Amino acid sequence: MEFFERFMVPHPSFLIYMSMVLIALVSIALVAVVTYFKLWGYLWREWFTTVDHKKIGIMYLITALLMLFRGGVDAVMLRYQLSMPENAFLTAQHYNEVFTTHGVVMILFMAMPFITFFFNFLVPLQIGARDVAFPRLNLISFWLFFMGAMLFNLSFVIGGSPDAGWTSYFPLADNEFSTSVGTNYYMIAIQIAGIGTLITGINFITTIMKMRAPGMTLFKMPMFTWSALIANLIIVFAFPVLTVALAMGAMDRLFDTKFFAIGDGGMDMLWANLFWVWGHPEVYILILPAFGLFSEIIPTFARRNLYGYNAMVWSMILISVLSFTVWTHHFFTMGQGAMTNSIFSITTMLIAIPTGIKIFNWLFTLYKGKIVMTTPMLYSMHFIPLFTLGGVTGVMLAMSAADYQYHNTMFLVAHFHNVIIPGVVYAMLAGLTFYWPKMFGFMLNERIGKATVWVMSTGFVLAFIPMYITGLDGQARRMYTYSEATGFTTLNMVSFIGAAIMAVSFGMLVWNIWYSFKNSPRNIGSDPWNARGLEWATHTPIPSYNFAITPDVTNASSEAFWDMKKNGVEIFKGDIKKIHMPNYSGLPFVMGVFFFILGFAMIFSMWIVAIIGLIGVLGCMVYRTFEKDEGFYIPEEEVKATEKKYEEMYKKRGDK
Amino acid sequence: MKVNLKGTLLAFFTLGTLLLSGCSELAVLDPKGPQAEVQANDTIMLITLMGGIVVTVLIILGVMLFKYRASKQSADYEPPHIHGHWLVEAICIGIPVLIVIFLSFRSIESNYLVESAPAAYADEESLVIYASSSNWKWHFSYPEQDIETVNYLFIPANRNIEFRLYSYGPITSFWVPQLGGQKYAMADMVTTLHLAADVEGEFWGRNANFSGAGTAENTFTVTSMSDEKFNEWVEEVHATADPLTEEKFEELLEPGHLGTSTYTGTHLEFSPAPEHSHGKTGPKVTGEQEQEDHSSH
Repeated sequence: MEFFERFMVPHPSFLIYMSMVLIALVSIALVAVVTYFKLWGYLWREWFTTVDHKKIGIMYLITALLMLFRGGVDAVMLRYQLSMPENAFLTAQHYNEVFTTHGVVMILFMAMPFITFFFNFLVPLQIGARDVAFPRLNLISFWLFFMGAMLFNLSFVIGGSPDAGWTSYFPLADNEFSTSVGTNYYMIAIQIAGIGTLITGINFITTIMKMRAPGMTLFKMPMFTWSALIANLIIVFAFPVLTVALAMGAMDRLFDTKFFAIGDGGMDMLWANLFWVWGHPEVYILILPAFGLFSEIIPTFARRNLYGYNAMVWSMILISVLSFTVWTHHFFTMGQGAMTNSIFSITTMLIAIPTGIKIFNWLFTLYKGKIVMTTPMLYSMHFIPLFTLGGVTGVMLAMSAADYQYHNTMFLVAHFHNVIIPGVVYAMLAGLTFYWPKMFGFMLNERIGKATVWVMSTGFVLAFIPMYITGLDGQARRMYTYSEATGFTTLNMVSFIGAAIMAVSFGMLVWNIWYSFKNSPRNIGSDPWNARGLEWATHTPIPSYNFAITPDVTNASSEAFWDMKKNGVEIFKGDIKKIHMPNYSGLPFVMGVFFFILGFAMIFSMWIVAIIGLIGVLGCMVYRTFEKDEGFYIPEEEVKATEKKYEEMYKKRGDK
Repeated sequence: MKVNLKGTLLAFFTLGTLLLSGCSELAVLDPKGPQAEVQANDTIMLITLMGGIVVTVLIILGVMLFKYRASKQSADYEPPHIHGHWLVEAICIGIPVLIVIFLSFRSIESNYLVESAPAAYADEESLVIYASSSNWKWHFSYPEQDIETVNYLFIPANRNIEFRLYSYGPITSFWVPQLGGQKYAMADMVTTLHLAADVEGEFWGRNANFSGAGTAENTFTVTSMSDEKFNEWVEEVHATADPLTEEKFEELLEPGHLGTSTYTGTHLEFSPAPEHSHGKTGPKVTGEQEQEDHSSH
C-alpha cells in the first residue's frame, strides 16, 4: 500500500475528484470511438508515424487547442475565485496549483506548440521546400513535446500539481517548502518538452538556411519565415539555459544537491537569473512569429506590399539581440543597486524602438491600400492598439525605480497578458483563420469569426484593464483572497465577467469550426483570400510533395505568388520529375514513450523503472544508427497523375 | 468599421478618464514619503506620455482604416507598390529614440534617488531596522532600541529608516506602497531599502512575492509617529515586554500566521542576519548547527 500512496493527490477536493472522473470518462470514450471505427491503424500509419511537416504541424495544433482549453478553464477558475472577497471556491493550496499550471500550460504547452504548428506548416511552403531538413527529427521533437505535455498534465491526477508558480523560484520550489512531487513534474516534464523544442530550433535553422528555393536570397524570404528563423535562433541560444537550470533544480529535489537551496552554499538568486536568462528570450520566441503572421496578413488585406521590409527584418534582428540583455528587469527589486538597474532599465526600453518601428510599418502598410476587413484582418486591427497599450505599460515597468511599485502586482499581470493575448493569441487565431482553408479545404464562417473577435476583445478589455488599476492600488499577484476592506471587489468582479466573456468567445471559435465544417462550400480553389505568399501557390489540400516543380523565385520578390498572379512572373519552370521523399517511422513515437516512462519514474524516484526507460531511449538511438533509410521516390507518372487529378477536381467543383 | 472605431476610441477615453480620476485614491499614487513620491511622479509622467503614444497610434489607425477601406474605393483601384521614404522612417525611429533617451535619464535619476537615503532627512542619522520574513510573518528587529516586534512596525515620522531585509524561508518582498516600492528579502544575503514617512499615520504593508500557501495573509502595519511618541513606545516596551529567547524565536519561526507581538532584545544576537555571506551560509533556522562568525568576513 505504501508504494501506491505516493501517487495520491496530496490536497484532494471535490473539484479534483470530479475532474478525475471526467478525464477518465473522456479517455475511455476516445479509446472506444477509435476502436469502434477501427481507426488505430489509420492513426498509426497516417499520423503517429508521419514525417510530413504539414501533418506534424496539425498534431501540434490539436495539442495547442487542447491545452488552450485546459489553461483557459484554469484562468476562469482563478478569476472566479477572486471575483468576491473571502471567496471559498478554492483554498490557498489549490489556487497556487491552478495559477502555476495556468502559467506553464499557456506558455509552454499552448503558445509554444501553436507557434511550432506555424513553423511546421508554413516554413517549408514559404521557402518552396518539400519538407524540413531533418523530417524524422521533427517527429521526435513532436513526440518529446507531446509526452512532456501529457506528463505535466498527469500531475493533476497522480501525485499533485506543482504549486510554486510558473517561475518556480527557489527556495520555495525546494523540497523543504514544496513537499509534493508537483515540482518534480515541473522540472522533468518541461525538460522533456524543452529538448523537443531545442531540436525544433536546430531543425528549422537548418531548413531555412539550406533548403530555400532557387533565387530566394535571405532578403527575399517571406516575413513569417524571417520571424521563424530569428525565433529559432533564439531557441537554440536560450533553451540550453533552461535545460541546465531544470537539471540543477531536479537534482536539488531528487538528489538533495544544494544549487539553489538555503544554506550549504546554495543560491536562490541563481535560479531566478537562469530562469529569466531563458525566460525573457522565450517571450520573444513567442512574439516574433506572431509579428511574422501579422506581417503576412496585413498586406494581404490591405492589398498592398508590406511597408519597410528591410526595417521589419532589422528590427526583428535587433529585438532578438536585445532580448538576451534584459533579463534582470524581472527582478529589479533583488537589490543589485542603482547602477545595474539603470543599465537593464535602458536596455529594456531600447526594445521599444524596434517594436515601435514595426507598429508604424504595419500602420503605413494600410496607407493607400484597399482594406478588406476579413476575420484575420480584424484580429490584426485589434492587435495594433491593444498591443501598443501592452507595450507602453512595458515601458512603464522598465523604469526600474517606479517598477518597485509595479513589481509583483496585478499591474504586471495586466501588462504581460496585454502583450501575450493581443500579441501572441490574436496572431495565432488570425493565422489559424487565415490558413484554415489551406489546411482543411473550407473557410471558417466570416460572420461568426468577426463576432468572435469583437466578443474576445470586449472580454479582454474588461478582464485586464481593471488589473492595471487594482495593481496601482496595491493588489499583489498570486493572492488567493483579499478582504472587502481593500476595495478591490468591484474591479475584480468586472475582471471575472471579462474572463467569462473571453471564455464565450473561445466557445464561439469552436462553434465556428463545427458550423463551417457542416456548411461552408468546398469549391474555394487554392487561393481563397487573394493572398501574396509562395505558400498559396500550392494546391488545396496540399499534396504530400508540396510543389510538383520546385519554384524558382529568381525574378520574383518576397511575395512570389503575387508576382506570379499579377505580373506574370514565371516561378514554376521546367518539367515534372520524380520526387525524393522521406520514409515514415514509428521510432520517434517509441522513443517518446520511453522518455515518458523515464520521466514518470524519475518524478517518483522509481530508479529501476527509470533505468529501463533510459535504456529504451538509448536503445532507440542505437537502433537508428544501424537503420538504413534513404527515403523513397514518388515516380514521375504518379506526380503527373496527382496533378491531373487536382485539375479535374477544380473543374468538376467549379472552383474559381 | 466607422462605428467600431468610435466605440474603441470611446472605450479608451472612458478608461483613461476613469484611471486618472481614480488616481488620487490609488495607494501607489497617494504617496506619504519621499521615495513613494518619486515613484508616484514617475508613474503620472509615464501614464501621460504613454497615453499620448496610445492615442497617437489609435488616431493613425483610425484615419488609415477610414480613408483606405475597400468600400470607399472604386472596384478597379489597384493599390500602388510603395517603398519606404527616408524621412518617414527617420521620424518613426527618431521619436521613439528621443522618448527612450528622455526616459533613460529620468530612470537613472530616479534609481539613485530611491536607492539612497532621502535627501530631505539627510541631517539625521538613519534608523536601522532589520526586517526578516518567515512563513508567513515579518520579524522587525530594532538593534539600537534593542526591541523586536512581529507583524507591526512603529517608526518615527520625518526620519529615514534603513531597512535591512532577509528571509528565513522563500524569497519574500517587503512592500509598503504609500512609503515606497518593494524589495526582496532572501535567505542568503541582506538587501537594503530606504523608506521615510512625511506624515504621521498608519499604512499597510505586505509581502508582495509569492511564498507559498500563506502569502495572501502575510501582511503587517506601519505606524509613523512623532519622535517623542516613538521614544515613549520604546520605553514602554522595555518596561512591559518579555525578552525574546532563542526558544521563543524558534517557536515564532514555525510556519503559520500569528498576530502581533513585542519583545525586548532582538534575534540578531543568536541568529544574525546573513550579511556579506552571499550564499555561504543561510540564516540559522534551527539551533542545531553552530553559526559562523560573520564579523570575520
